[in-house]
Amino acid sequence: MTSELIDFTLVSVALLAIGIYGLAVKRNFIRMLFAVEIIINAANLNLVAFGRFLPHSGGQTLALFSIAIAAAEVAVGLSLIIVAYRMYQNVDIADFRSLKG
Amino acid sequence: MADAVFLALSVITIGSAIAALEMRSLIYGSIALMGTLGGIAGFFFLLDAPFVALFQLAVYVGSIAVLILFTVMLVKRELIFKKIEDKRRKFAGIGLMLIIMVSLGAIFLDSGIKTITTDEPTVNFRDIGTDFVTYYWPALILMGLILASSVTGALVLARREDVENDQRIN
Repeated sequence: MTSELIDFTLVSVALLAIGIYGLAVKRNFIRMLFAVEIIINAANLNLVAFGRFLPHSGGQTLALFSIAIAAAEVAVGLSLIIVAYRMYQNVDIADFRSLKG
Repeated sequence: MADAVFLALSVITIGSAIAALEMRSLIYGSIALMGTLGGIAGFFFLLDAPFVALFQLAVYVGSIAVLILFTVMLVKRELIFKKIEDKRRKFAGIGLMLIIMVSLGAIFLDSGIKTITTDEPTVNFRDIGTDFVTYYWPALILMGLILASSVTGALVLARREDVENDQRIN
């Protein structure tokens, strides 16, 4: 293994920045879900990388928990997309105005 | 120093993350997202964590990406290809992205992380299994409950009541 911890951390920072860009710019519900996925994966990469270099099994265990919870989050998010699409016939979040005061 | 495999994986991961957000078609975007998730699994293999890597491949690439693909296909055709964003917001977003990348990258490069190397043996996946059933068992049960409730919630949310009523009338 020749790569060092800093390399993995920098890749993770790049993925986090791309995800935040997606959340800030895109107004499409599905694209925002993509951005959230990218951010969660950046966090998982950090967990496993730090767990490898400590070394401690806690990093991998937490990453497994994180992956499982992310799966639940995506299931709920996609069903929300389907419900919102059925109500508004659109995936633009600017059109979802039911909760707007 | 990073080796060739690492560099190739980083290019694939970061490139397909950008493609997932910027591709015109949502279907190609979700296939690019699959590339990002697969690239992260490759990083897990590089980090000597094959168990987490296979879990990532099974859960993310195998189920979540396919679920997203099917949801995209349920959306109207013209919405899949429509890009909704304004230019000023996009430039502001790119600026925010560069600021985060440069500042966080500078912080990490300046910190003590740079000097950390390891030649210790890798974590055995049996340790992970032992962790799950000894120290983390309440969290494991809680995670099972959360998964069950979220899947039930997703099914209840996505249920079509109008179809059911139609069938009842017929």
